[in-house]
Amino acid sequence: MKTSYTSIFDILGPIMVGPSSSHTSGAAKMAWMARQIFKHKPDKVTFTLYGSFAETYKGHGSDRALIGGILGFREYDLRIKNAYEEAAKEGVEIEFREDHETNMLHPNTIDIVQEDKNGNKLFIRGESIGGGRVRITKINDIKVDFNGDYSTMIIAHRDKPGTIAYITNCLARYEINIAYMKMFREERGEKAVVVIETDNFIPDALKVEILAYETVSRVELIEL
Amino acid sequence: MKEYRFVTAKELLGLCEKYDADISEIMLRKEVEYGERSRQRVLDKLDESIRVMDVATKVSAMEPTKSMGGLIGGESKKVNELPETKAICGKTMHKAIMYALSVSEVNASMGVIVAAPTAGAAGVLPAALFSVFEDFDVDMDTLRKAFINASAIGYLIVKRGSVSGAEAGCQAEVGSASAMTASALTEMMGGTPEQCCHAASIALSNLLGLVCDPIRGLVEVPCQTRNVIGTTGAMAAAEMALSGITSPVPLDEMITIMRDVGRSMPASLRETGLGGCAAAPSVCENCQKGRGDKDE
Repeated sequence: MKTSYTSIFDILGPIMVGPSSSHTSGAAKMAWMARQIFKHKPDKVTFTLYGSFAETYKGHGSDRALIGGILGFREYDLRIKNAYEEAAKEGVEIEFREDHETNMLHPNTIDIVQEDKNGNKLFIRGESIGGGRVRITKINDIKVDFNGDYSTMIIAHRDKPGTIAYITNCLARYEINIAYMKMFREERGEKAVVVIETDNFIPDALKVEILAYETVSRVELIEL
Repeated sequence: MKEYRFVTAKELLGLCEKYDADISEIMLRKEVEYGERSRQRVLDKLDESIRVMDVATKVSAMEPTKSMGGLIGGESKKVNELPETKAICGKTMHKAIMYALSVSEVNASMGVIVAAPTAGAAGVLPAALFSVFEDFDVDMDTLRKAFINASAIGYLIVKRGSVSGAEAGCQAEVGSASAMTASALTEMMGGTPEQCCHAASIALSNLLGLVCDPIRGLVEVPCQTRNVIGTTGAMAAAEMALSGITSPVPLDEMITIMRDVGRSMPASLRETGLGGCAAAPSVCENCQKGRGDKDE
């Protein structure tokens, strides 16, 4: 788990496969997070690259870093260099699209769509914000904002009074301290997402308890 | 209020005086205080980084690898093969040059490096510290502390300056790495905290105005040889500071000066790959028909 202050290891770090912290390390981390959220093994992954990623991704090995991240390799894993071969071995179909037209809010933006043969499909949008740090800004249709620096829990639910109270109650019983909590929704009473970043490790048992609540449809944990 | 809080060199030196401690010791205590983890855990984690850096400084002389963009590869090996009679920089600096080239080559060929403070400038700190560590009477614990000392200077620059080439040019990347390294070498060779800050200020001032102009936008040329100049410049700055030479401009001022100089640079010289070396007619693919011509 990372921390909110600037550490020795933010200056001497990250340990990473080169050549660029934003275009290689950040890309690997973003795709790794996307895979953690998808949970399934994808059969097909489509990356859409915007801004400076679209211009320079090959020279910076961003393509290999993204594939590596999807395969579960961390940003310091040397297998990233041979990610195309590794993906072929695993039978994952990869497609890259360059979008030179759309003007994204952040110049280093990537969309990742993961699909499997059972019909599972997930859209993730992320930004590489420098120094290997990333931010996930969209999951499917819902805008979110988190960076994986903390233990993170993403809860999809129907927007209904009492849901948040139930969730925070569960956290309190496990003595888990909330660092940040952000709520996002499409419309009142419709699909909503709450992202909770905590100072403590989140146990699976807590996830199960939250998932048991009637309005909650999905709970994902991300531990970096 | 945290005991070991500092954001300026002045505050850092104040803590060094208050506790009669080196810069590295204050930084280490700060990490323990803020991170709520034990001293031993911090040092163990540091050893992981040191191992990665150790390999990256040496591997290219033995196994040269072509970079992703194809512009570099094999430079460290070439320096290694230079006859001793032609090594005009002397034994330790010769080795430092070889090491800095190696880390840049590893980085550009998708090997594993430790950003310090960035990936593009990752060669400077390990090249200087390992070459001096190996050639002089320095023990492992002193080497560890030198890396921590470097992170303290890097921390000051992150807080009040910049380490981003896109924001403030190469002076923010290689310049910052050089300042961190000059300070680290000074502590490693027994210098005082004040001497460390003078070394850092001198090293940073010597690279003031350095632009970020990567050819084809790749972290290859001139990044690789800039790592060398950051390394050798840091060694010279440390040698001057250890001799008692001081910088009339204190480190805190030098850091904000570097940031301000960076902000006054045109965008073409801040990692866009449009100006400087990147626009040289011999290497610039777009010069004839594209963006490179616009400024003229």
